[in-house]
Amino acid sequence: MPNTQELQDLVTQVRRDILRMVHKVNSGHPGGSLGCTEFFVALYNEIMDLKEGFDMDGIGEDLFFLSNGHISPVFYSVLARRGYFPIDELNTFRLLDSRLQGHPTTHEGLPGVRVASGSLGQGMSVAIGAALAKKLNGDNHLVYSLHGDGELQEGQNWEAIMYAAGNKVDNLIATVDRNGQQIDGSTEDVLPLGDVAEKFKVFGWDVMEIENGNDLEQVIAGLKEAKTRTGKGKPVCIVMTTEMGNGVDFMMHTHAWHGKAPNDEQLATALAQNPETLGDY
Amino acid sequence: MTKYTDQGKQDTRSGYGAGMTELGRTNPNVVALCADLIGSLKIETFIEENPERFFQVGIAEANMMGMAAGLTIGGKIPFASTFANFATGRVYDQIRQSIAYSGKNVKICASHAGLTLGEDGATHQILEDIGLMKMLPGMTVINPCDFNQTKAATIAIAEHDGPVYLRFGRPKVANFTPVDQKFEIGKALMLNEGTDVTIIATGHLVWESLLAAESLEKQGISAEVINIHTIKPLDDAAILASAKKTGCVVTAEEHNFLGGLGESVSRVLASHLPTPQEFVATQDTFGESGTPDQLMEKYGLNNKAIEAAVLRVLKRK
Repeated sequence: MPNTQELQDLVTQVRRDILRMVHKVNSGHPGGSLGCTEFFVALYNEIMDLKEGFDMDGIGEDLFFLSNGHISPVFYSVLARRGYFPIDELNTFRLLDSRLQGHPTTHEGLPGVRVASGSLGQGMSVAIGAALAKKLNGDNHLVYSLHGDGELQEGQNWEAIMYAAGNKVDNLIATVDRNGQQIDGSTEDVLPLGDVAEKFKVFGWDVMEIENGNDLEQVIAGLKEAKTRTGKGKPVCIVMTTEMGNGVDFMMHTHAWHGKAPNDEQLATALAQNPETLGDY
Repeated sequence: MTKYTDQGKQDTRSGYGAGMTELGRTNPNVVALCADLIGSLKIETFIEENPERFFQVGIAEANMMGMAAGLTIGGKIPFASTFANFATGRVYDQIRQSIAYSGKNVKICASHAGLTLGEDGATHQILEDIGLMKMLPGMTVINPCDFNQTKAATIAIAEHDGPVYLRFGRPKVANFTPVDQKFEIGKALMLNEGTDVTIIATGHLVWESLLAAESLEKQGISAEVINIHTIKPLDDAAILASAKKTGCVVTAEEHNFLGGLGESVSRVLASHLPTPQEFVATQDTFGESGTPDQLMEKYGLNNKAIEAAVLRVLKRK
């Protein structure tokens, strides 16, 4: 296991990757990516039990499903830096003939991606299916998923939430990125989500919270706590509060950077706030 | 002409159920999902014999399609079943993204397709599903004609690696294909050789085509009848060989003429061998309540309608 400083360095480097990726193609979703950087770094480098070799058969290792596929920049950066594919390939993000599509897909065979996502609200159902396959296979590994909070407005989630609790899918840890923002504004203005944790609870989930999803140690501790709650008859939900655009001062406290890339000057400012640690791609 | 005997009327959905029973006994990776329609889909025996491999998802088809996609990760072969209307249009985006685009080995098994669902009416009678599903890249689309063929198709698609849409129906219809006939995906079946006209039919309309061919024979018209159980990938070679011989074609299906088998056939003909063609299909309309026979009569989907279409197309040769 890497030490905390090494992971913190990785967080900073991933933030640089995100910013440079979206800047190069003048498109993509930096806000949510920056907000979930600690989560991805912790999950892939500290929490999940992964097979070396990255054979993608899905058997005998923990699995992760990204439901809010638009935060592909953070997903790609963390996958590449974990060894799923060459880090240089981040250069091809959103370009023609790339495996790094705007939203993650399996179609181009990018290692680490197990299902296409981007059309929102579908990831939890897929994660439940994968968790059930693990049970059938006698595979004691866990399934993790991440969902945007705005994404919970899609009704399919609630079908899945009801199913997972009703059928004791207790090898699943679903995390909700509670950044309170979506494209058109704050989630509470666009379509109020109310008390997300309470909603999961009344559906029958074991719910816990990570109060500051941009505090690496809190995220690691929270995910470890979640693991201990699996296998007890209930699916586990983590409501994780994050700041969209975290790590770049002018991208925080607004929904403006949900799906907008920085210009040259903004990139320079943002990168200065996140000095190079492990080497740019 | 070649004689076919009805071995006793049965519903094609029971063919699906029988196929699932066999798969339950022979293929440990096959799992079944259903959205509150176990009895309608005839999968009671599979569930009884393999309770751990069955997932009741409730009235939640979107979640069912996503779960089916997830179950493939780890090597399961999910058969997700409900009525055709709820297995396609209702969950098109789930199928498109989580199954088709993601290349997942999911079998979407859809009963009560078309007008022959009957009295429940147009809310449940989908006539657009073949079109919806054939447009998805990588999706195989199969519409077997009777009990035996539906059972054989159910068993065969478990061996095919990739998403499949298997469409069948509610009413009891003639069961006439051989009980032991091997089902080859994408391979058209020549049911009757003829020289004057080619009738290309799928699903419930195959038997009706045979009845039409018998009647036509009495009028001195030799009709070739082809059973296209697989609409995608289409057996272009079989269609072209027959059209070259007869010079005119009638297609017959329990589906809208927009987006169905007929359009797929006309694309093949237009590209390689322009040939007069008549379409026995619904004419861009919704259905309504009624008995299956009444509906097939009213909407022109029976042997009489096929015969009339043959007489029309012969004049265009």
